[in-house]
Amino acid sequence: MSLLSVRGVHKHFGGLHALKGVSFELDEGETVALIGPNGAGKTTLFNLISCEDRPDDGEIVLDGQRIDGLPAHLAAARGLARTFQNGRVFGNLTVLENVLLGAHTRLEGLTDPGSRPGEGVWTALREIAWSIIQPRRFRRMEAGLTEEVRDILSFFGDRLLPRLHQPAYSLSYANRRRTELARALALRPRVLLLDEPTAGMNPTETDEMSEVILQLQRRGQSMLLIEHKLELVMAVAHRVVALDAGEVIVSGTPETVRSDPRLIEAYVGKKQDGAAAASAGAVLEPSLQA
Amino acid sequence: MFDQLINGLVIGNLYMLTAIGITQIYGVAGVVNFAHGSVYMIGAYIGWMAITWLHWPLVPVILLVLAGSALLGLALERLAVRPFARAGSTILLLTTIAAGLIIDNAAQVIWGPQTQALPNPLPQWHIRLGAGTVSLLDLFILACGVGTALLLHLFLYRSRAGWAVRATAQDRDAALQMGIDVNRVSRYSFALSGAFAGLSGLLVGLYFSNIYPTMGATATLKGTTAALLGGLGNVPGAILGAYVLGIAETFSVEWLGSSYRNLVAVLLLIAVLLFRPNGLLSGRRALNPEPTAGTFIPHGRPLRFPRWLIPASAVLAAALPLFVANPYALQVLAIGWVFALMAVSLNLISGTTGQISLGHAGFVMLGAYATAILTSRLGLPFAVSLLVSPAVAAVIGVLLCYPALRLRGQYLAIATLGLGEAISLTALNWDSVTQGPLGISGIQPAAFFGYEIWSAAGVYWLDLAALLAGVWAVYRLSRSHLGRALRAVREDEVAARAFGIGLARHKSIAFGVSAFFAAAAGVLLAHSYSYIAPDTFTFALSIQVLTMIILGGRDNVFGAVVGAVVLIVLPETIRFLGEYRYILYGLLLIGMLRFRPYGLLNSNT
Repeated sequence: MSLLSVRGVHKHFGGLHALKGVSFELDEGETVALIGPNGAGKTTLFNLISCEDRPDDGEIVLDGQRIDGLPAHLAAARGLARTFQNGRVFGNLTVLENVLLGAHTRLEGLTDPGSRPGEGVWTALREIAWSIIQPRRFRRMEAGLTEEVRDILSFFGDRLLPRLHQPAYSLSYANRRRTELARALALRPRVLLLDEPTAGMNPTETDEMSEVILQLQRRGQSMLLIEHKLELVMAVAHRVVALDAGEVIVSGTPETVRSDPRLIEAYVGKKQDGAAAASAGAVLEPSLQA
Repeated sequence: MFDQLINGLVIGNLYMLTAIGITQIYGVAGVVNFAHGSVYMIGAYIGWMAITWLHWPLVPVILLVLAGSALLGLALERLAVRPFARAGSTILLLTTIAAGLIIDNAAQVIWGPQTQALPNPLPQWHIRLGAGTVSLLDLFILACGVGTALLLHLFLYRSRAGWAVRATAQDRDAALQMGIDVNRVSRYSFALSGAFAGLSGLLVGLYFSNIYPTMGATATLKGTTAALLGGLGNVPGAILGAYVLGIAETFSVEWLGSSYRNLVAVLLLIAVLLFRPNGLLSGRRALNPEPTAGTFIPHGRPLRFPRWLIPASAVLAAALPLFVANPYALQVLAIGWVFALMAVSLNLISGTTGQISLGHAGFVMLGAYATAILTSRLGLPFAVSLLVSPAVAAVIGVLLCYPALRLRGQYLAIATLGLGEAISLTALNWDSVTQGPLGISGIQPAAFFGYEIWSAAGVYWLDLAALLAGVWAVYRLSRSHLGRALRAVREDEVAARAFGIGLARHKSIAFGVSAFFAAAAGVLLAHSYSYIAPDTFTFALSIQVLTMIILGGRDNVFGAVVGAVVLIVLPETIRFLGEYRYILYGLLLIGMLRFRPYGLLNSNT
């Protein structure tokens, strides 16, 4: 059984049919890349999987349990962690605090993601009391997590470690994206959702990020990835799902998808459009071949 | 019935003149202008001076009122709005509140706090219409209302300047790029809405035959309610909202009694915020997301002090009564400690969690009433009530605020303001429990195990101990994982939720803990005043406490204490400041936001 399945998902925004019955699977330890032109519905799909929004029809199943329609904070507690397209770090918190927040759902016995309303009051009171008293075992838990944060940050070499106590708003754009990824890793996600992890990065930074992704892959991290840089997709993805206008047009191994004419059509238009398609195809070809 | 309907329409007309001003300014400047009622009050006073001192006839009086209040509107725009145009809408809300505070209290200094009679210069004609009568003044008010609405409509939809105003309301930046002078548009709008507000103040004064310096507060509340009913920024909506409000009020007065007039208005305000935040005319869709991250008060980090400084100051404060024999000085400082407790608690909501609350006085009041009732009626000892009353208040406070917690920015601020008012109006109307406007007197002084605390030093130590307990708890909490989660909610709600932080749960925690300590402050005050009434803890108190945390520094527990002590001790030590206390608060609020927005005990790096 696959780890994450998306089955026949539909989403409407007013008159726009943004997703028209999208289905795909993600297996344990697998990296799947979602590609497609702008407006294909990739980020909408991400928002549905991370429960930021709910589908109008269809189901999303994680580990055999339906998660669609859950509040987003409960989806996080089930082991879904995401990064955002435009890098949403907590600006006034330090790098350390940002990444520690990623581990929020793992503060066992301390916080409570969402029990039934009656229980919620009791656990909230308990959480207030613990956070004021701060018993030793919680201080130890916090210290252990801080160590773990250092480990995670060492993934990025010395990009973030020296800036541990700097507020996130003072970081460069690429470092904010790295902080975001580190925060997502601190959740120890079952499925890691990466929304354009290299958007706005230069080639060196992109290479570094792709190395980080490969490293995560080797550790068995299951990942779903939205990416426009096909070079990166070819390098890291086990399988590729191509979306266009809210539908899956092709899916399969990177090699088969790359050479599929329907993909080229989706990016540059139909063949009979003669010269335009030919010249556009010429532009696209190198990046697809890379 | 018919009389009531006419009455409702006339009142609705009066509200309309304020509501269209508020809604128009919201459209252009993106802020609910809380100084609007103050312009309205000044308009009434200008008219009063012209009628009773100069004996002018009505038409020149109206022209003078229009000109005077338009000028005040211009001054407001220049001093309290334009310098903050880029600072975000919640900052603007605070600066307009501060401006209103200054104008209201200046009026009190100039004309005295008493009510002045405003004679109606119109002939006392009455027209019989079916079962009811209509006076010339009613007709005049109707004419003014319809006339200004028509004029505004022509201006907005038939003139070039109005076109620019509408464009700016839609998209300020795009309008700027198209060559529209948005500052001029903003000036026009404030002048125009100021003129309407002043006229409305004069007409209300004539209708009720009297005026007083604090008459603007109700006008702002009613105008905002009407504007929200119609959807903020929507001029025809505001007109509809004003009539709905006017008619709802007159009928509730008819059926429930005149003391319910304001309660009904406040409940309407809260209901529309909860169920139709975009107004009656819009579909039931989600609220426009307002950016909250970092818009409350710009960033700052606590200044670092030597480790020993804070315990040393606590010890020094505790030892003070041993050296200072003057009971007055100790009383002032004791009050300072209680206010510091309120500031520390509000800081958890507004500083740490970034939710602006204008109803903090409501929590204080809940605590004060709870202890007054529990100790006087049920004979609970003070020591027990000191813990039980805040707990009761926290439960009630969270239950009341819970539905409003999904609102953001200005909408939440207005909702908390409404809740604070609702608490005080409930105390006013629920005679059997609260003794209504009489208040509760004869509250016992604080006592432990039968020993009553009478001496100034005793009260001082009690209040200081409560403050230290509050500071300890809030400081520990804010340094824990929970404080971190609350800050995450402040910085980015979407990202916080994506990492397992339930928004309603964490905001409730912040409001609950905050309400507990605010109510504890209320308990201490109730037992040291020995008398409380619905007007003991007002909106002015909420603003005072908010000023304290802005003075001390956002999200800085010790800053809140310093801010409170400065704002309480300063007006007492410098004698002549006493009368100008609230003017000082207003000036400090605007001045801090302008020149040191991160507060005294935060640095900007």
